[in-house]
Amino acid sequence: MATKFSKETYLYWYELMQLIRQFELMAEEKYKMEGKIRGFFHAYIGQEAIAAGCMTGTRHEDLFITAYRDHGLAIAKGVSVNSCMAELYGKATGCAKGKGGSMHFFGKEVNFFGGHGIVGAQIGTGAGLAFAEQYRGTDNVVLCYFGDGAARQGMLHEVFNLAMLWKLPVIFICENNNYAMGTSVERSSNVIDIYKLADGYEMPADTIDGMSPEAVHEGIGRAVKRAREKGGPTLLEIKTYRYKGHSISDPQKYRSKEEVDEYKGKDPIQLILKTILANNYATPEEIGLIDKRVEGIVAASVKFAEESPWPDDSEVLKDVYMDKHYPFIID
Amino acid sequence: MARSIAFRDALREAMSEEMRRDDRVYLMGEEVAEYNGAYKVSQGMLAEFGSRRVIDTPISELGFTAVGVGSAQNGLRPIVEFMTWNFAVLALDQILNTASKMLAMSGGQISCPIVFRGGNASAGQLGAQHSTAFESLYANIPGIKVVSPSNGYDAKGLLKQSIRYEEDPVIFMESEVMYGEKSDIPDEEYYIELGKADIKRAGRDVTIVSFNKMMKVALGAAAELEKEGISAEVIDLRTIRPLDWMTVLESVKKTNRLVIVEEQWPFGSVSSEIAYRIQKEGFDYLDAPIRRITAADAPLHYAPNLVAAALPDVPRTVKLVKEVMYMAR
Repeated sequence: MATKFSKETYLYWYELMQLIRQFELMAEEKYKMEGKIRGFFHAYIGQEAIAAGCMTGTRHEDLFITAYRDHGLAIAKGVSVNSCMAELYGKATGCAKGKGGSMHFFGKEVNFFGGHGIVGAQIGTGAGLAFAEQYRGTDNVVLCYFGDGAARQGMLHEVFNLAMLWKLPVIFICENNNYAMGTSVERSSNVIDIYKLADGYEMPADTIDGMSPEAVHEGIGRAVKRAREKGGPTLLEIKTYRYKGHSISDPQKYRSKEEVDEYKGKDPIQLILKTILANNYATPEEIGLIDKRVEGIVAASVKFAEESPWPDDSEVLKDVYMDKHYPFIID
Repeated sequence: MARSIAFRDALREAMSEEMRRDDRVYLMGEEVAEYNGAYKVSQGMLAEFGSRRVIDTPISELGFTAVGVGSAQNGLRPIVEFMTWNFAVLALDQILNTASKMLAMSGGQISCPIVFRGGNASAGQLGAQHSTAFESLYANIPGIKVVSPSNGYDAKGLLKQSIRYEEDPVIFMESEVMYGEKSDIPDEEYYIELGKADIKRAGRDVTIVSFNKMMKVALGAAAELEKEGISAEVIDLRTIRPLDWMTVLESVKKTNRLVIVEEQWPFGSVSSEIAYRIQKEGFDYLDAPIRRITAADAPLHYAPNLVAAALPDVPRTVKLVKEVMYMAR
């Protein structure tokens, strides 16, 4: 059975998705069992195929911006696992110096523009990132992620209109995990096919199976090509599923265990593993070595976070202004 | 050599000079390009700079503000014009939650060098929704700076400074009723540093602090008071955040009396902050309570007498000064 992608791609996908998942499982444990991580915490578990397919469908110079469910995309884009775990711990070595927390991971060096906490706000900010790329005449594109909940914000409509008017090189990616916190897509609008929202602006749109890195890669690839060739934006509705609650404190009374189990049966990591083994891209022993390596990276990140210092108290008034002489009111 | 030009022309010179210098600077807003500006501030700029850099937007304040903010985070230096700051309320989320906070949230990685500018506060009988003064509201937000000039000369220097040198988001408050007012502008290029108040009139008996178009009331009151032998020192704040309270304090040390005139609503206003600061830093210098005149604690109504009754004016300011001098009957 020939595969659509190379052995290296499948192995990359597998390792990346495992890394994201094991990172979050570990972080959840540190949150729930040890109380070492606090604040809102939104797990990406179940949605990893999106990060995987988007990475192979883009290049380093392309920019990512997302909402608060940001761990997976940050790690995929190349924000170091150590700095991500340290950020969750609130340590000075975190990817936002302990000032952002779970919802606000950043990695400007790797073109990861955060980590945004106001639902839908980053749809517009992301279009602005794309505006700057177009203004400078690059062929970089922006991948702008949001959830199905954000699709009901006014921002989406204003920005879809602007992005089409100006043909901005941005790909709007709706990670539709079917629940805006506890409100299902069906309960949030008359229009339950979110990709159809693009029609009002004559924006090209597509739906993609978000449990398959292959499908994500291909769908992203088409949209990226269009944007790079000055064809403007695309809306991609990527159908995915989060196994965990909206946040770590969500009792999930709005959905059944059977529903969750059904999706777990389509788990992207298991899907890719099956392909790898069926095609002899790796032996079970070699997979074991990858798993071991991932486990090592995650364990090292915990050690790094735990041994890192807290930010100095003086950091309260730092990174508020670029102006180094800003006269803060202090009493 | 100096030229007498209108406030709007001074603003346009500031923008055009900086756009000629730096390709990263662009202007975006409703009616800024083809229409040549709702108040003609950007007249002729489309012709000079083209549609890549002078950009008309649809009526989507939240959307185009977000595009401006995102582009600033990605290396550009936008000027976003609001037809009035009243409409910018629709975009407040981007200013408050994204532009002002991203540097902090990202641990210093993502800065946002952007200037938001437009008309602010009352401008005749425009009704409640077109008449709010927003300086104190924005000045409450850490991470941004707030400028509110009273004349074209200051406006040009402060706007050029904001566009070229400020790496933080700047809120720039103009006034629709001042756009036509003339001031002398030198031919030479100049910049005015933010955060520096300006003593517009020296005096010794009382300090009057104001900004933006209420400076006319402050200066008008000072002229009236002079006729009665009272010497008022009038300070134009020019920048609201950061607040140059040191200049106010130094003046109060001399006059021992302070009156503040502003068009804000009273609760948590610019005068509230100044009054706190001066009582704390200058308690021993005060010979009378600090007093203020603000806009009425109500939406601004339409009828001309209600507008007049709600806003600070010269007679009330004169009266208040006399009260702090214990001269009132």
